[in-house]
Amino acid sequence: MTSAWRMVVGAFGLVALAIGFLSVVFLTAPAAPGPDLARSKNSAKGLYALSIAPEAGEPRQGELHAWVVTVKTRQGAPVEGAAISVGGGMPEHAHGLPTSPEATAYLGDGRYRIEGMKFSMPGWWQLKLGVSAPAGTDEATFNLVL
Amino acid sequence: MAGGLLTNLIAAATITAALAGCSEADFTDAEKRTIVSMSLSALAPLASDPTNSFADDPGAAALGATLFFDTGMSRDGNVACGTCHKIDRQFQDDLPRGVGVGETNRRTMPLAGVARDPFFFWDGRRDSLWSQALVPLENVLEHAGTRTAYAHYLKRRFGERYERIFRPLPDLSTLPASAGPFGTPAEKAAWAGMSDAQREGVDRIFSDIGKAIAAFERSLVHGKTRFDRFADAVAQGRAPSAEDALSAEEGQGLRLFIGKANCSTCHTGPRFTDNHFHNTAVPPVAGLPADRGRIAVVDEVLADPFNCVGKFRDGGEEACGELRFMQKSSPELVRAYKTPSLRNVAGRPPYMHAGQFATLEQVVNHYATAPKSVEGESEIHAVALSEGERAALVAFLKTLSD
Repeated sequence: MTSAWRMVVGAFGLVALAIGFLSVVFLTAPAAPGPDLARSKNSAKGLYALSIAPEAGEPRQGELHAWVVTVKTRQGAPVEGAAISVGGGMPEHAHGLPTSPEATAYLGDGRYRIEGMKFSMPGWWQLKLGVSAPAGTDEATFNLVL
Repeated sequence: MAGGLLTNLIAAATITAALAGCSEADFTDAEKRTIVSMSLSALAPLASDPTNSFADDPGAAALGATLFFDTGMSRDGNVACGTCHKIDRQFQDDLPRGVGVGETNRRTMPLAGVARDPFFFWDGRRDSLWSQALVPLENVLEHAGTRTAYAHYLKRRFGERYERIFRPLPDLSTLPASAGPFGTPAEKAAWAGMSDAQREGVDRIFSDIGKAIAAFERSLVHGKTRFDRFADAVAQGRAPSAEDALSAEEGQGLRLFIGKANCSTCHTGPRFTDNHFHNTAVPPVAGLPADRGRIAVVDEVLADPFNCVGKFRDGGEEACGELRFMQKSSPELVRAYKTPSLRNVAGRPPYMHAGQFATLEQVVNHYATAPKSVEGESEIHAVALSEGERAALVAFLKTLSD
């Protein structure tokens, strides 16, 4: 009887210790890594080096705004006359962009203005840029968190 | 043993919090940031409307208020904007579908904060507040009037006021008493028989009527509620006063609203809306004409002669970004309807674009169970919410009314 009682107490102690250990592990674990937020990257097939920047300060939720996309070759030469397509959306909500942004102007030095961008919700957005130029067609996906 | 102690402490803290009600200390820093972002105090000042030169003209707003409540602005003299947009009922009418000359197909929308929308109506079929105001005037189920009839009426009743604010009125004496593009066959024929210059003169007066009504509607704003006073206390890092504190249930509802229940994904910011259109599988109403939501009106807003790129816009075309870059063909637009603001929502059943749900409980159940859409894909995913959690969400929504 006494030894059975001891075993019960011991089992409780072990369970409590296990819970304590798991609590410490859980509470101190780093947060899940977010998406890659780099604003400069090479296109998927490696044809171009792309970088993006909002034209007038960081975008605010719900406001129509513009971005500037800079397209260069991997050697760093600006790419002129490229056709830029714009897509994207919210991967966690399985919907696209709330607007239909377009490349509306070439600003020189490989830079293109993308107008009509809007982030209607807070959260993780993807901006997918397609580039067609004499060197070929390629694309890159940028992650943005609002 | 330390682990057991920790477990006990967590349990004790949870019980204490539940007993003590909900204080700002219960929320994480991330939750607090979201709560503060939904306060009316976080609302930016109302932007100017460069497409309407009279948007902030007090004389235009006063004339707009007169017109808004004037039943003379209808075919039979019985319907004003204020008939459905009732001033003492949040500018809505408590009916599943608004009733003008006849019953419409859509729920009357409340108007507080409406000037901040990029698109108007449940489906966004107009792109400015002033062009929106024109549609019910000619809709056969609403005011059912015609363009020349409104021009004659305006000149007769308010001509002097109009000319003082807007411009000299043209000679209307040779125009048909009632003619317009949406009237009876005879009225349409009379409209077609007018010269281009005559039609443009009438359209100019008609667009000014919309601009006056819009100027008035810009003054309709939300008032602070208990939620806002609570959120302001959170923003200032102080405990809310006793009357502004949220109960444990309301606090639980708030945490669900911005967390597990995913409500704030679309009902975001101080107006609790993302100003966008979503298919959330709200069921159609039996007996009403087919209703495909946003996708059905894309061509209409692009072709509207009173839209932003039309000749009745004031200011430059750079103000037309919303129309220029709007989504035009995405499958997500099928049966997509505007995310309504949730401010004061508890005081205005029934809910949804055709008054499909009688209570907030039904609305919450709809979003928790996430049925399939009759057409297109619903963006909603089911969330396991207990009876208590659903009640907590409703309790929280009521703090947007007090």
